[in-house]
Amino acid sequence: MAKKRVVSTTINGNQTEFLCEPRQTLLEVLRDTLNLTGAKEGCSNGNCGACTVLVDGRPVDSCLVLAVEIEGADLETIEGVACSEALHPVQQCYLENAALQCGICTPGFIMSTKALLDENSSPSEDDIRFYLAGNLCRCTGYDKIVRAVQDSAELMASNGIDGVQIDR
Amino acid sequence: MPTVFIPALLKELAEGAETVEIEGSTVREVVENLEAKFPGIRQRLCQGEELRSGLTVAVEGKVSPLGLMKKVSENSEVHFLPAIGGG
Amino acid sequence: MATADVDTAQTNGNGKYKVIGTRPIRHDGVDKVTGRALYGADVKLSGMLHAAMLRSPHAHANIKSIDTSKAEALPGVRAVVTNADLPEVGDRIAELGEGAVNLRHLSCNVLAGPKVLYKGHAIAAVAAENIHIAKEAVGLIDVEYELLPPVLDVREAMEDSAPILNDDVRTDTMGELGNTPTNIAAHFRYEKGDIEKGFAEAKVVVEREFDTATVHQGYIEPHNATALWNKDGHITVWTSTQGTFSVRQQVAELVNVPLSKVKVIPMEIGGGFGGKISVYLQPVAALLSKKSGQAVKLIMDRSAVFEATGPTPGSYIRVKMGVDAGGKITAAEAYLAYEAGGYPGSPINPGCMCIFACYDVPNGKIDGFDVCVNKPRTNAYRAPGATNAAFAAETVIDEICDELGICPVEFRLNNASKEGTRRVDGVEYPVIGMADTVEAIKSSAHWQSNLEGPNRGRGVASGFWFNCGLKSAATATVNADGSVSLIEGSTDIGGSRASLAMQLAETLGIAAEDVNPAVVDTDSVGYTDVTGGSRVTFATGIAAYEAGMDIRRQMIARAAEIWDVDADQVRYEDGTIIGPESSYTFKELAELVIKTGDPVTGRGASSAANQGGAFGTHCVDVEVDPDLGKVKILRYTIAQDCGTAIHPSYVEGQMQGGAVQGIGWALNEEYFYGDDGSMHNASYLDYRIPTCYDVPMIETIIVEVPDPEHPFGVRGVGEVPIVPPPAAIANAINNAIGVQMTELPMSPPRVVHEILKKNS
Repeated sequence: MAKKRVVSTTINGNQTEFLCEPRQTLLEVLRDTLNLTGAKEGCSNGNCGACTVLVDGRPVDSCLVLAVEIEGADLETIEGVACSEALHPVQQCYLENAALQCGICTPGFIMSTKALLDENSSPSEDDIRFYLAGNLCRCTGYDKIVRAVQDSAELMASNGIDGVQIDR
Repeated sequence: MPTVFIPALLKELAEGAETVEIEGSTVREVVENLEAKFPGIRQRLCQGEELRSGLTVAVEGKVSPLGLMKKVSENSEVHFLPAIGGG
Repeated sequence: MATADVDTAQTNGNGKYKVIGTRPIRHDGVDKVTGRALYGADVKLSGMLHAAMLRSPHAHANIKSIDTSKAEALPGVRAVVTNADLPEVGDRIAELGEGAVNLRHLSCNVLAGPKVLYKGHAIAAVAAENIHIAKEAVGLIDVEYELLPPVLDVREAMEDSAPILNDDVRTDTMGELGNTPTNIAAHFRYEKGDIEKGFAEAKVVVEREFDTATVHQGYIEPHNATALWNKDGHITVWTSTQGTFSVRQQVAELVNVPLSKVKVIPMEIGGGFGGKISVYLQPVAALLSKKSGQAVKLIMDRSAVFEATGPTPGSYIRVKMGVDAGGKITAAEAYLAYEAGGYPGSPINPGCMCIFACYDVPNGKIDGFDVCVNKPRTNAYRAPGATNAAFAAETVIDEICDELGICPVEFRLNNASKEGTRRVDGVEYPVIGMADTVEAIKSSAHWQSNLEGPNRGRGVASGFWFNCGLKSAATATVNADGSVSLIEGSTDIGGSRASLAMQLAETLGIAAEDVNPAVVDTDSVGYTDVTGGSRVTFATGIAAYEAGMDIRRQMIARAAEIWDVDADQVRYEDGTIIGPESSYTFKELAELVIKTGDPVTGRGASSAANQGGAFGTHCVDVEVDPDLGKVKILRYTIAQDCGTAIHPSYVEGQMQGGAVQGIGWALNEEYFYGDDGSMHNASYLDYRIPTCYDVPMIETIIVEVPDPEHPFGVRGVGEVPIVPPPAAIANAINNAIGVQMTELPMSPPRVVHEILKKNS
């Protein structure tokens, strides 16, 4: 077993250092070492997107990235999407559209949606479906997810990314 | 008398009948009276004192969790059906 | 019995609901969009070990020996278990609420012995300090196999010369067992009327054969279990499951401890669709915990999920149907053989009972066979057995319609089952909405629109699913601030906390947000059957309603006591408790509850209720690429009888999700096997489920024909939407290019094959 390495990175805006083995994936370190279990493991080979996180703003499957590779990177996970007071508009729109059933794919979808809207603030339905095709959902049939993304784009166009206080 | 729908695979035990009218105020009594008339049918429906595993009884179209204890009335239809769960 | 007068449930007296039919944010929603919701794989316990499994590389073999000594010697390894560690459970049958299971088969499926019956069959498990050591140790286990020829096709497995999987399997013909070992585990038959007379009366008779491939439920969350076998003999299991009580029973039976020694704690569940009812890992994690003295977590990888769990059967089906000149069905006959996988237990019965269930068939005969093959032991998948069957029956109907020049929608209206229609299995329908769903499609914007362009076609198909009742329990506690805690045992797989909380809120005349629903462990709520059979919103809904009615009675009694009047002078209306001279809102009285006597806790249960059954009719437009055989879904509309839609968004979601699973089944999904019996596409890359780029928006029409068995008229909605899609798409393909598909999936190579066949 190779020696553990120290990795320095920024996670959800916080400077973080952690120890990991070279063979450990980013997903494993997030979940097991850093207790960030919001990224889910659905397939471990980059097919389902449930482990999507943003590395320097780009969506990546964290199961396909070695933890040592994110040295110096800026990492964003589902845990960092909402601000302390309120949900992010994307999260709010997923809830209002009932865009989740079991919820296991939801963190990955929200990260991909966020990345999409950062790139393209008014995507067409086709843009949305193409961009999100790397995230699998087996429950919803995608209809309500696509609508949630459309609503997110609208809400963010009018409101920016200011959080939305939720009642529940 | 209650009407018992004879499961297709047991029809030969019941002289080919699709339905039989048979006395009884509970499914248990109905089964006992069926057996008296058509020997051998009980063991195809029951195991010991219960319905065979995987088998349920529907009275008036409603599957009953009571099995052999389920009461039947004069006009009841009695069906023996496989237990259906689902996904 | 838990069926109540519908009127008593209506809290505002004008026939309209206040909460039911609205779309509140689900109670567990924020946790699920922030990543806080804890699923099975997120469990962490002090000193927890991680486990990995050795799985068979062969599809059919005798296990000659297993040597675990090298694995045990690896530093960091704390326990190894094999089938030898499982107690002998004998040939007993356990009733699991959902169905019966032979415990010896279940035990041998959990850890193989003395044979492996499919590639991926679990053989041994290792618990170690971390997952990497556990995986390394798995590679050090030596197994000596005696290879046997596999049989993968249902018809081949039925032949006398086929390799036999299980020595103990005899054909069960309604309680009578055959004399010799066989792969045909059971034969079922249903008959009605005079089939020969019926065919003689027909003007057109069509007979076709169909094959459908093995497909998987495809839930995104792999199976998982964490277990702690405590020093006092109590076992705690944390797992994502469709049924905690079912897991409790299966674990207790398989490790041979009393039920009371097992507590199952439900974690959030990342999809199931019927595939997370049977146990795979839970008993193994428990045994590893017993051996190691530590909590043990065991998680499947994706390839094992495909190779060793689920799937739903591949099948061979033959349908013959006769229709008279007036377009009425005169006779229908079917033969269905379903692959059970390694051990008996395919959903052949529901397949038989559903195949003609949408229609009034005066003369019918249905034979069904449950057949073992060297594939994973099949499990329920959303309306289990019905989709295969509908593909066959509903495409034969369209061929007959073509021949007679009848509109397929009119045909379905003309023959639709209704109240009083007897199915071929003899049962008479109560109030049902089959015809209503066809009417809804007929008047839909989709059906009314013109479809233009080359290689485009439209198809319709209908489907039926029983929906089951089974048992549920719930309690509800009134809090001093006027909120109510709802405690229930139905694991929430798609928003049922919300649909149950809404029913309780409606019953009490309070807001949905004032109910806090919690899904609790097996020690903390009454027995509740699985989240399956489209039963939770129906049956646990009745339990929640009953708990609410119990609270109402207690609140009335309390108010009467405070006012010093007779209870019959107090009534409960629209969330207000009204006496002769004064009244309390629910909230006001809730505040007084603790100050004036016993806490108020309502309880409810449900067991006797039967659901009336669910019907759906789907309409689809496709475009077929005649060169590539690729089928594109252009437009899709579902009409489904939902009884009463509690939370319409989640009702629509069930319809859309079920339809898209059906689209995957229709067009892409299948297990590819090599001749050696190994699955060649055990990953999401190669077993391709629909992505959002593959499907359009799915239009939904909620038809509401209330089920009189439920206080609010609920019908289960989850399962039936998967039934019509393959048939509807096949009919659309035929309409587009004049090719009748008889095999699933209708993947590009198969479509091209049929096109070339037609053109030559």
